[in-house]
Amino acid sequence: MTELSIDHVSRWFGNVVAVNDITMTIGPGVTGLLGPNGAGKSTLINMMGGFLAPSTGTVTLDGRAVWGNEQIYRHIGIVPEREAMYDFLTGYEFVLANAELHGLGERAAQRALATVEMEYAQDRKVATYSKGMRQRVKMASALVHEPSLLLLDEPFNGMDPRQRMQLMDLLRRMGDEGRTVLFSSHILEEVEQLAAHIEVIVAGRHAASGDFRRIRRLMTDRPHRYLVRSSDDRALAAALIADPSTAGIEVDVAEGALHIQAVDFGRFTALLPRVARDKGIRLLTVSPSDESLESVFSYLVAA
Amino acid sequence: MYDPTVARLTYRGLLGRRRALILGALPVLLIVLSLAVRGFGGADDQVAADVLGGFALATMVPIIGVIAGTGAIGPEIDDGSVVYLLSKPVKRPTIIFTKLIVAIAVTMVFSAVPTLVAGLLLNGNGQQIAVAYTVAALVASIAYAAIFLLLGTVTRHAVVFGLVYALVWEALFGSLVSGARTLSVQQWALAVAQEVAGGDLVTSDVGLPTAVVLLLVVTAGATWYAGQKLRRLTLAGEE
Repeated sequence: MTELSIDHVSRWFGNVVAVNDITMTIGPGVTGLLGPNGAGKSTLINMMGGFLAPSTGTVTLDGRAVWGNEQIYRHIGIVPEREAMYDFLTGYEFVLANAELHGLGERAAQRALATVEMEYAQDRKVATYSKGMRQRVKMASALVHEPSLLLLDEPFNGMDPRQRMQLMDLLRRMGDEGRTVLFSSHILEEVEQLAAHIEVIVAGRHAASGDFRRIRRLMTDRPHRYLVRSSDDRALAAALIADPSTAGIEVDVAEGALHIQAVDFGRFTALLPRVARDKGIRLLTVSPSDESLESVFSYLVAA
Repeated sequence: MYDPTVARLTYRGLLGRRRALILGALPVLLIVLSLAVRGFGGADDQVAADVLGGFALATMVPIIGVIAGTGAIGPEIDDGSVVYLLSKPVKRPTIIFTKLIVAIAVTMVFSAVPTLVAGLLLNGNGQQIAVAYTVAALVASIAYAAIFLLLGTVTRHAVVFGLVYALVWEALFGSLVSGARTLSVQQWALAVAQEVAGGDLVTSDVGLPTAVVLLLVVTAGATWYAGQKLRRLTLAGEE
């Protein structure tokens, strides 16, 4: 059983804190590292993979230090986010080189290519590969030595839906085999489909941890803010505030709009069109005013 | 200490891209120049020494050294593909040493071999000039490869710094300030060449013992330090 321990890890660049005192333990199975862009996911993954020294704290794999310990790579497979990967080689040559650097040979390379179903294109130059093919060959290079820990940085970026499904199947299989698989993503749906366990990072801090259903509920149950314009703002406001799904409505005369705070997302979205129809009010604009991922995540930090 | 897979990746990267064209251009120019000089002026020992010393050793060898030395590792660090070497149970100094061997070999092939050919064309190795400068090119290849490999691991602008060193320090500054010549790979290599040629056509400002010590110290020191840099190399994320 492989366990990756992040213990009070911080990392700063100059006076910018990228990762702020994070403690977590990643065990076998698939774990999703979720957070908006710029939250510090890549920095954290780089520290997990031994490519960046923590400013404070320690990263250990089953008790052994990851940073400055190249022998640890016998147990770790890494799929980096960056595209560059010796484009002048063929897919097979690339995976074989990775196998050789582990002291393995052609059989390991061939098996890894079979695992990601890339044998059909293994003799083409990497430079000619599509994004999804590159991703799969990167996977193969990370799997040649059958690592017990697999780290993937934004593996689904730029993949089409079919490639995404294939990769998800593969990662699920890895998790079921008892490997510790950690991938980062800024897309909730992606993480939800694949990972039973989620770690959320926002602005460098560990915002939430646990079962995806709990986190999903936290995300949809938060208060939602809407901007609404209609043919009769005051009448609409009066009708809406009577319902318990709203907590507050501001009539913004200058803007000619209503700022509505809804506390019951599901109920409010059904209520608004019904009220408008019953009262004969035309809805001109209905837009969520805080749906950016950052605001969703920052709500989580507070929760 | 030497990993054949790292070597294969390195020389294929070095010789596969546009770099091979640049590596080949200067030697071709040297040989064309030598043919022209021989054709117009006939064989002349002084002219041969001037061409080999002024163009081959002072300009071509350091530039080839910059391209091969920095190119052996710089692009991989730059585009991040070095992660595939670093995420392996391979010692960092082994990676550096292997890349150094490849860089030295490539520099030698693209600088020492054309120097010998050019020398033979210019005056048929009269007064051992061709062999002396070839030895100088071989010796300089080792030191340049080590220095520029280190440069490739410490800065993203290794090629620029390398060219500044090769052209400004060695060629320009060295001819103006005599002290700068003591710290010049070119002068160290010339000290060895002087020993080979024996005459007064090939001379160095640095004595042979000093030159040999400095060559060894710089090559070993640069290689060791590059290994340390790679061990602590940080791959920053894209965010």
